[in-house]
Order: sequence, then C-alpha cells, then structure tokens
Amino acid sequence: MATPQTLEQFQQKCAAVLRPGLRKNKELERFRVSVKNGNALAADGPRGPKPRHAFSKRNIFIYGTLFVVAVYYLLPLYVMVVTSLKGMPEIRLGNIFSPPMEITFEPWVKAWATACTGLNCDGLSRGFWNSVRITVPSVILSIAIASVNGYALANWRFKGSELFFTILIVGAFIPYQVMLYPIVIILREIGLYGSLSGLVVVHSIFGMPILTLLFRNYFASLPEELFKAARVDGAGFWSIYLRIMVPMSVPIFVVAVILQITGIWNDFLFGVVYTRPDTYPMTVQLNNIVNSVQGVKEYNVNMAATLLTGLVPLIVYFISGKLFVRGIAAGAVKG
Amino acid sequence: MSATANPSVSIQDLTLNFGIVPVLQSLDLDIAEGEFIVLLGPSGCGKSTLLNCIAGLLDISDGRIFIKGKNVTWEEPKDRGIGMVFQSYALYPQMSVEKNLSFGLKVAGTPKAEIDKRIARAAEILQIEQLLQRKPAALSGGQRQRVAIGRALVRDVDVFLFDEPLSNLDAKLRSELRVEIKRLHQRLANTMIYVTHDQIEAMTLADRIAVMRGGVIQQLDEPQAIYNRPVNRFVAGFIGSPGMNFIEGGLEESGGDWRFGSGDLKVPLSTYVFDQQPVAGPAVFGMRPEHIGLNSGSGWPFSAKVTVDVVEPMGSDTLVWVRLGAQSLSVRVPSERAPKTGSQVEIGFDPMRASLFGEDGNRL
Repeated sequence: MATPQTLEQFQQKCAAVLRPGLRKNKELERFRVSVKNGNALAADGPRGPKPRHAFSKRNIFIYGTLFVVAVYYLLPLYVMVVTSLKGMPEIRLGNIFSPPMEITFEPWVKAWATACTGLNCDGLSRGFWNSVRITVPSVILSIAIASVNGYALANWRFKGSELFFTILIVGAFIPYQVMLYPIVIILREIGLYGSLSGLVVVHSIFGMPILTLLFRNYFASLPEELFKAARVDGAGFWSIYLRIMVPMSVPIFVVAVILQITGIWNDFLFGVVYTRPDTYPMTVQLNNIVNSVQGVKEYNVNMAATLLTGLVPLIVYFISGKLFVRGIAAGAVKG
Repeated sequence: MSATANPSVSIQDLTLNFGIVPVLQSLDLDIAEGEFIVLLGPSGCGKSTLLNCIAGLLDISDGRIFIKGKNVTWEEPKDRGIGMVFQSYALYPQMSVEKNLSFGLKVAGTPKAEIDKRIARAAEILQIEQLLQRKPAALSGGQRQRVAIGRALVRDVDVFLFDEPLSNLDAKLRSELRVEIKRLHQRLANTMIYVTHDQIEAMTLADRIAVMRGGVIQQLDEPQAIYNRPVNRFVAGFIGSPGMNFIEGGLEESGGDWRFGSGDLKVPLSTYVFDQQPVAGPAVFGMRPEHIGLNSGSGWPFSAKVTVDVVEPMGSDTLVWVRLGAQSLSVRVPSERAPKTGSQVEIGFDPMRASLFGEDGNRL
C-alpha cells in the first residue's frame, strides 16, 4: 500500500497494521515517520499544548472583579491606618485619603495606655488582658469538650446519640438574645455572675453546637476501619481518642481554634452582659472609648484602638492559615 | 476436612439485625483448628458483617460465638484472641511501622523486651525488617498490607480474620500476596477466616469455602466439591469464570431413562448421578465451559454439530461461543485448537459432569 493520503486510507492502513498483531510494529513506525516528514495528513494541524491568552475576555473579567472586590475591602482599612497615624490638626483638614504629612504614633500609645473609658484611664490594655483571659480558657475548654463530643457521636454510637445530636444542633438555631436573661440568673445562682470564669463558661457552652458538628463530621470522615483496628488492638475510648484520632485531626483542630478565637475575641454581647466594668473585654472597652461623648472626637485614637482590637484575630488568621494548609496536606495521605 | 468435635471457632444460631433489616439469620458455622475458611459471596451478602461479629466489632442480636471453646459473645474484641486485617490496611498514619506493630502490645502492657522480640519475629516472617522506621505513607500498597498482617501477627492470636485484604491491590500484587498468605498459613497453622468476593482467592486459599448469599450460607464445602457439585443454581453461577452454561428446559422420562429436553435438544441423563429422586418437570441444565469437548472424536454420551458464533482468546485458552438450538453455549478450548468464527464444529459432553437444578434452584 502506498503512503496514505486520505483519512480513509489512513484508517485502512491502521487496521491492516494492527490486525495481524505486533509483528508489524515496524511498519507502523515507518508510517509515523512518513507522516512527520510532511505528507498530506500531517500538513498543519494543531500540535502540542493549546495556547492560552493572558488577555482573554475571561481573564480580564475574573481579575477585574477580584481587583474591584479587593479595593472595596481594603479601602476602609487604608483610611483607618492612615488616620491613626495623623495628628488631630491634620485630620481636621478633611482629606481622609491623603497619607499623613507627619507620622505620629501618639494615638496608638494613647489608645493602648491612657484613653479613658468611664472612670478608668488606662486605655485598652486592661481590656486586652481581660480578653486574653477570657479567650484562652474558653477556646481550650470548648474545643476539648466539643472534640470528645464529636468523637463519641461519630464512633461510639450509643443509645440516643442521634437524639442528643439533634438537640445540640437545634440549640445552634436559638437566638442568643432569648437566652441572655436565663443565663444571668443561672450565673448569679452559681456565683459566677460578673466574673471572667462566668463568661468562659458561657462561651464554652455557646461554642458547643457548631464545634461538635464540625468534629463529628470530621471524625466520621476518617476511615472506620482505623477505629476498628484500634479496638482489635485493645485500645479503649480515651486511648483511641488521644493516640489515634487526635494526631490525625490537626487540620480540624486548627479550624476550630481559628473559629473560636475570632468568635470569642470579637464577641460584644456576652461581654457587655456578663462582666463588670473592670472585667470588660477589649471589644466592650473599644465601644466605650469610641462612643464617649465628652470633649472632641479623637478620630486618630479611635482608629488606633479599633486596629489594636482587630489585630489579634488578624494575626491568628495569618499564622494559622499557613498551618492550616500544611495540616490539610499532611492529612491528605491515605491511611 | 469436616468440623471436628472441638472447633477453633464455633458460631451458633447467630442472628444480626440492623434495625428491622435482618442481615444474618440464625447462622451456624464450625471451624476446625488450623483451618482456612473463606467466606465468599457477592457484595451485601453479609460476609464482612459475619466477620465483624466474630471480631466483636458489631453487637449481635442473637446467638453465641465460641473461640477456642470459650464463649466470647459478650467479650471485647481484644479479649477474643483474634487479629484482624482490613481491606484499607487501616494503619495508623502518624505512627512508624514499628509503632503500628507495637501499639496493641503497648496498650496491653507487654514488657518492652517481649515487644521487641515479637516485632522482630513478625518482621522476619513478613520480610519488612528494613521498613520498620518508615511511616505508612512511605510504603507501597503491598508493603502496607504486609504491615497490617504483621499487626495481627505480633499479637500472637489464635484466629486471624481477613476482611478482603487484597481487594485494594493491583492484579499482580494480589496474586503474589495470595501465595504469601497461603505460605503464612502453612507456617503458622493458625485458624484463618478470610472474606472475599474474589473466587480465585477463595479457590486457591481455602480448605473450605462458605458461599454466602443474603445472610445465609448456601454451601460450605471444599473448593473442588463446590466447583464440581454446586448445591444450587446461585452457587453454580457464582463460582467459575467464565461462568457455567445454563440451559432452561425440562426433565422427562422415556422408558425408564431420564433425559433433559429443551426445544429440539434432548440430553440423555443415564450417567448423571441424581441427588434426589427425579420427577418430571421444569429444570435447568448446567455445564461448565471446560467440560465440553470440541472436535474431540466420538465417545461422548451427547454430541452435536454446531456453528461457531464468537471466539474470545484469553491467552492460556480460548472461549468459543457456539449456538446449540436456541441456546448459546461457551466452550473452553486450548488456544492452539481454537476454531474460526463461522466454522462448523462438533461439541460433546458427558452429563455426568453436569449440574441439574430443579424449579426451586436446588440441585437434583
């Protein structure tokens, strides 16, 4: 057969070559070479990776949208940072977008150390330490309890576990406001009202539904055979939890920590209801600084105070964000 | 090998319901000391469930389980003297191979020297000595499964339970590890219960096979007996690849001789050994492809001229599909004797090797 010129000939040729078996591999190779050397079939069809254009309609749309959204979110932050670095005379000029002519850190110092909230004039520092003393135990306590809850619900299906879980989830949908006053009474009766421990208890309880759901779903996604193998190996409830489940669950613990730190740190409602002025968390103090009505509004101090308050969740997010990705990658290995 | 008076594992009247769905129904099974039993069946037949019940990972609804003469029905898995190997290996991902092997022993509080001794022995038997410091993620599938077997081995158990241990491996590794498991059984002489849906594994490994369907053991017998004398049509169709040929028809008596008829086709059954007294009525005639001869001269109690429909070469041998009356039959022949498509051939077989099933599907 001559060198094929049409598709039909090519197909015939292929069939002829393939049917008698591997013996004719050489013939196929020769044919391929002849195609390469520029016969009709090979002429100038596309070859190799499909070219992609950097300025396609699609790319312009995607990156344009991303840019607009990014600016929308970053602009207020920019104004806050810039304003917090200006002195009051410069702010009165009214150009909120212009960078500071003379950078001053005095508003930051004042916000942290000497701004007045009610009777106290020691700035946000008191609120910061209060918030730390609220957030750290609340995060640890709530995650410790919720992870054991989730583990028990996912792996040890006890009688009524489904009912228990349903009740817990329904709890997540009840508005907080409904429960404010009953909790005030409960805390008063057990002698924790107004103390930091009381607020820790409240935060731990309110974190329970969503965290339990989170952990239960994660543990349920781990291979069940791992749990069975550990049981055959003789490990009990706690042994399996601590030595098998927890080491495999770093990603979900990181997620829970992020969720709880940001949630508890940013909480205002519980803080203002369940604490006294000397135990106010940072958010409540910030509100009192910003909304104080005596004298002039010190915008630069307000901005600095707000940034200081928002700094903790921001830092946590940046640091653990990286850990989070690493955790997922480590967990992606098939057991 | 039949069950002895003193079985290694004895399951009596085992029933398991998931809610209102019965999964296992009053199942009885006696397994002799050192016996290799394979539970074989399609997915959803309850074979893995049965294994989990023996392991103590599932609470049973009724019945009793004895291991080594001890009633373990209410015992925890660790107290039953069993080791289990799972399909997905189930190695603890954050622990090294050595830690994986020693975990159960550490939990049980075994002295360090004893742990080291047992790990060394298991590693030697399974040839995983050079892998002990690695994490499971750094192992290939075959190595992982070996470590998983090692985890059962170090615990020095009476009974090994395998839950489809080779199903996640590729075909070549599977056949290699199959041989190794068989070797392991010969060396350890432990009782082993092995769940699979792969009939080749079942045939090659088992001392006895229990073919299961719908939570009921259909047939419990040696591999050859199951292959040659399946008790019902389900077992006949499930075992054997390529599958058994089935011809629907009826049983007839003519002058004291029984024969099977389907349309124009009449097969004399003078050589067939009936399990029960035959009665005239609908029946199914089953014949394995390798028991049908092709162009192999006369002397068959039944022979016929047929046309070749399709030829399927499979390497070692070739499957030839022919039309016999209205029926399509497969015949297994050595590849060098395979006929061409469309050619006329003569087939013949001896009904002695056939399996006849009655209307209810049971062997006649």
